[in-house]
Amino acid sequence: MRTLKILLWALTGSLFSLSALANNQEIRIGYIAYHPHQGPVLSNLIPEPEDRGFSGAELGLKDNNTTGRFLKQHYTLLSELAETPEQVNQIAQQWLEDGLRLLITNLPKQELTELNKLATPYGAIIFNAGSYEDELRTEECLSNTLHTIPSRAMLTDALGQWSNARRLKRWLLIKGSEPEDLAYAEALKRSAKRFGLKIVEEKTWSFDTDLRRTAQRELPLFTQTDEYDLVVVADERGDFGEYVMYNTWYPRPVAGTQGLTPVAWHRVVEQWGAAQLQSRFEKNYQRWMNSIDYAAWAAVRTIGEAVTQTKTSDAETLFNFINSDQFQLAAFKGRKLNYRSWSGQLRQPIPLVQPRSLVAQPPLEGFLHPVTDLDTLGFDKPESNCKVSYTVN
Amino acid sequence: MKCLPKILQPLTLSLLSAALFSHQAMAETAYISNEKDNTISIIDLDTLEVTDTLEVGERPRGIIFSHDRSKLYICASDSDTVQVMNLSDHSIIAQLPSGEDPEQFALHPDDRRLYIANEDDALVTVVDTQTHEVLAQIDVGVEPEGMAISPDGKWALSTSETTNMVHWIDTETNQLVDNTLVDQRPRHVEFNKKGDIVWASSEIGGTVSVIDVASRQISHKLTFKIKGIHPDKIQPVGVKLSDDGRYAFIALGPANHVAVVDAKTYEVIDYLLVGRRVWHMDFNADQSRLLTTNGISGDVSVIDVEKMKVIKSIKVGRYPWGVRIKP
Repeated sequence: MRTLKILLWALTGSLFSLSALANNQEIRIGYIAYHPHQGPVLSNLIPEPEDRGFSGAELGLKDNNTTGRFLKQHYTLLSELAETPEQVNQIAQQWLEDGLRLLITNLPKQELTELNKLATPYGAIIFNAGSYEDELRTEECLSNTLHTIPSRAMLTDALGQWSNARRLKRWLLIKGSEPEDLAYAEALKRSAKRFGLKIVEEKTWSFDTDLRRTAQRELPLFTQTDEYDLVVVADERGDFGEYVMYNTWYPRPVAGTQGLTPVAWHRVVEQWGAAQLQSRFEKNYQRWMNSIDYAAWAAVRTIGEAVTQTKTSDAETLFNFINSDQFQLAAFKGRKLNYRSWSGQLRQPIPLVQPRSLVAQPPLEGFLHPVTDLDTLGFDKPESNCKVSYTVN
Repeated sequence: MKCLPKILQPLTLSLLSAALFSHQAMAETAYISNEKDNTISIIDLDTLEVTDTLEVGERPRGIIFSHDRSKLYICASDSDTVQVMNLSDHSIIAQLPSGEDPEQFALHPDDRRLYIANEDDALVTVVDTQTHEVLAQIDVGVEPEGMAISPDGKWALSTSETTNMVHWIDTETNQLVDNTLVDQRPRHVEFNKKGDIVWASSEIGGTVSVIDVASRQISHKLTFKIKGIHPDKIQPVGVKLSDDGRYAFIALGPANHVAVVDAKTYEVIDYLLVGRRVWHMDFNADQSRLLTTNGISGDVSVIDVEKMKVIKSIKVGRYPWGVRIKP
């Protein structure tokens, strides 16, 4: 009798917990970042906020939970900043062992790839909310991975469209020597070709330039080439690029990593209800929301929308739904966003900003595409070798 | 005005407005809130010209009349208040405690309870327009915007733009009792005259959901298609239903068109070209005219309802948002 009672109790207990689970869905998300050191730079950089990305993810979580309250969903966020590349996998391993299956990352390409190897056997989904690398969208395709941060090609294509529309058809390209600078310069060259722009000269700013004179004195001479309409800069960490504006040989605008900059997000984006997101962010974190925050926010919100629509937190179901044409996300960029099924890249308009205003938000009118004009930015299906899918191997 | 005994106030008001009416020969007037000018434009519907521009609080958006049309309530979003304008002399006579960032609101049939959506705080604030007291604050989804109250006064509905729901608030208890999930970024809700059907627009989803009030379930979903306009740019915002139950007018935002829908069959009959980024609409008294606010082009389009034609556009302030017409 007693055993029966216990059995009954256990049975009802498990039934109860099952129904409790069905009634109150618990969704756990992990956000992990690693901020590699930038190395010494010439300009006095305004430092990136330490909590970049973390605050965006947290705001997304708040948004999800406000919605979740009405649907009996509850979201929790675990956040870690890894000190070393090795720590990334240690932290993630622990989370995966504990059953967490939804990872959002702000990691360089190599660390992201390593993490992908670790997480795939667990069947976890990874959101890349930090790496702009084009290879991740074309050649080094990662299964189970979605990208909320735009690729470099998307950024430079936005600039290319604008440059074409404004008839700034001759570019002077100046680049730094870091791998990221070279990648950005490659993206610029691709965009120039795509939008019928001519690169009159490509120059590398190197440290062996005669620095007995200041950069301000050096740059006019450095930019004395055949005539150009626009100077495009590839200097991601802001080593010399900040000095290019107003110091060029010809009085021409500057764009790229400095000057008129294509970004995922910036404080000056305020149309389409964005003012609300900006003010929510500022109220909570006392600073401006940036691209890394936006990518993290979009990833958390993507999870929220997918859970709401599919009514499950199962990783495979979520991934397949998110990467289908049924998925849509309202993300304050004036239209619904979804993911490119081949590369897992979030399609999105790219704001072109200067420090205090929005200049344009490509895709611009007149740049046509048979499917969606959002695919005029970045690598379109025929240009990518990716075919991302969900696997557990 | 302020020092007059309370009982005398309504009397003075009605005397004042009576005096005014005799002067103005009953011309209908439209009030337009200009979001980026902090003003209200007044349009004479006979001449279709702007007759006056009034300074109000910061970022005025939703506007609504008291039932006797003696007062205009104004959501001054960035001033975090609802202003009350005396329409007989256009003076601001009170500031209601609206909660932060009020965007849209709806007045209960009792003419007292004002339900205000606080966009930044995920709240609906209920204010008594007579005592100026906050009666309740109700938690809703992220970025509440659209507000409507059923004709029988039983339901207050709020839409939340990031949560993508229509929230059903029981006005007796001021408790949230149900939610209807709709498409992305719901902006506006509107009851039909009978009160058995609700129309809810989803800006980013590009749809309008028709919701059955009894079951609180979506019974029909409208989609739109305009030749030469990308589907992503068709973004329904304002909804206006004609009293005879024949038509629904849907403002399609950056598609720069208003859809005319057969309110019985839910078929789109026509698309009318208006100004750029059309937000909200209102009818005149006999519903022969429909005015639309066009945010980006900074004007108001006048639609002849019988002919289904846009007959004029009137330049107003920057980013016109709300419109209400007073007989």
